[in-house]
Amino acid sequence: MMEFLAQGGFAFYVWSCYGMAVLLIAAEFIALRKRRRTILARLGRLNRMRDAEEQA
Amino acid sequence: MFRTFLVILRRDITLAMRRRTDVLTTLFFFVIVASLFPLGVGSEKEMLRFLGPGVVWVAALLASMLALERLFASDHADGTLEQMMLTPQPLSVLVLGKICAHWLLTGLPLVLVAPLIGLQYHLDGMPLVVMMLALLIGTPVLSLIGAIGAALTLGLRGGGILLSLLVLPLYIPVLVYGSGAVAVSTIDLADVQPFMALLGAFLVLALAFSPLATAAALRISVE
Amino acid sequence: MKRHWFHFSAPSTFYSLAGRMTPWFLALAVITGLISLYWGFFETPDRLGGSNPQKEYYRIIFVHVGSAWMSMWLYVVVAGWSALGLVFNTRLSYMMAVSVAPTGAIFTFLALFTGAFWGKPSWGTWWDWDPRLTSELVLFFLYVGYLALHSAIDDARRADRAAALLAIVGLVMVPVIFWSINCPDPNQCAALHQRSSMSDIDGNILFGMLGLTFAFWMYSFATSFMRVRSIILEREADTTWVAEQLQKEGVR
Repeated sequence: MMEFLAQGGFAFYVWSCYGMAVLLIAAEFIALRKRRRTILARLGRLNRMRDAEEQA
Repeated sequence: MFRTFLVILRRDITLAMRRRTDVLTTLFFFVIVASLFPLGVGSEKEMLRFLGPGVVWVAALLASMLALERLFASDHADGTLEQMMLTPQPLSVLVLGKICAHWLLTGLPLVLVAPLIGLQYHLDGMPLVVMMLALLIGTPVLSLIGAIGAALTLGLRGGGILLSLLVLPLYIPVLVYGSGAVAVSTIDLADVQPFMALLGAFLVLALAFSPLATAAALRISVE
Repeated sequence: MKRHWFHFSAPSTFYSLAGRMTPWFLALAVITGLISLYWGFFETPDRLGGSNPQKEYYRIIFVHVGSAWMSMWLYVVVAGWSALGLVFNTRLSYMMAVSVAPTGAIFTFLALFTGAFWGKPSWGTWWDWDPRLTSELVLFFLYVGYLALHSAIDDARRADRAAALLAIVGLVMVPVIFWSINCPDPNQCAALHQRSSMSDIDGNILFGMLGLTFAFWMYSFATSFMRVRSIILEREADTTWVAEQLQKEGVR
């Protein structure tokens, strides 16, 4: 296991690359989820406003 | 059609001649940027001669890019542009007229003043001639490509910075072969020809396609 | 057939279609990604070549080549959707173009980053003005310009069409730019970088490379579908189908 992690002494280079890949993918996913949450929240508010208008 | 082109050309030049500072600021920007480099990198003769072609071209790129913002801006602001788009004449011809006028006012002065910059960088003789010739063929390409960007960013907040982001990557081929021609001419003059041929090819292609793309971009921006 | 395609070009129908397909593409991406990473790390030799061997650091190749290929392919996809949008005037095409571009920019950055981390141990330098590196950098600038132009314009219709035109101009210029970088002196246009051909690559390594590229591709599908769903909701917030859709999804 340690041998695998060491990558023949090039651990820094190899894992930096895969780490950056994971980081970017995670960041993109979080950004996408946040964007979806934001728009859903806005649409929910719009909906409630419409309901309130209908009742009034 | 050619008459339309000439009318626009004459109109734009007349308008610019009433506000000569615009032309002069571009020119002096070019001179100042080129003069700053020796102060930054040191004034060793051999190094300056080596850097010269690249510096002159980068300065020309920046200067012509800065001038682009004004290409359509004032006509857009006072509504002339919309009137132009309503005329029966093809918009691309009008656009070509504007681009030509713009190059005569901002590109041509750069070509004429370039030998002075070249002397600052210890270039002399044939390399200076080659540099002028390369700029003469290359700067119209810059104006033509830049016009597309200017039309796309028309009337946007912070349009100038955005314009540089869009246009500068597209200037790379002209930069590579323009400065390449000058650099090669300091070694062997016979090698310059393919560079000029490529720059000429870029000019022909840009002349053919850029007015169409710019006209399309203007229609998108002004609706 | 024709009716069939235009059926899905309506944002309202595509919204649910994209929603149904996203998990599949994500699953495919994860599965193929894990398989090819396993293959790349455990079924390949530790060093390659004879006198000047590539040691373990060559395993960066899987993520590097995958992201580099996807960065270029996705730019073509962006330009393709843009062209479809300008020709057929379909809103969905523009939305797809804008949804693909950020993922493309991310892959471009990743390719540059991994390139630097591969260059350091093998060439001894983080950055070199090698034609391929320079081309990738220019591609990154093109993505940034596209996204910057789109986000600078408030009016959605103008933003879509302006960015689409820019993407197409960029695509037309790309061969010229790359060629000028590859061959700065037309008198002696030798290949500056080493040529690589598929047949020289060890089969297991090729499998890992192609596998991870496929995984990245599936991932791009998933993220662009997720993004396009948000964009559709943002643009069509006032329509009744959105309200009905939300009721179906149980959003309060």
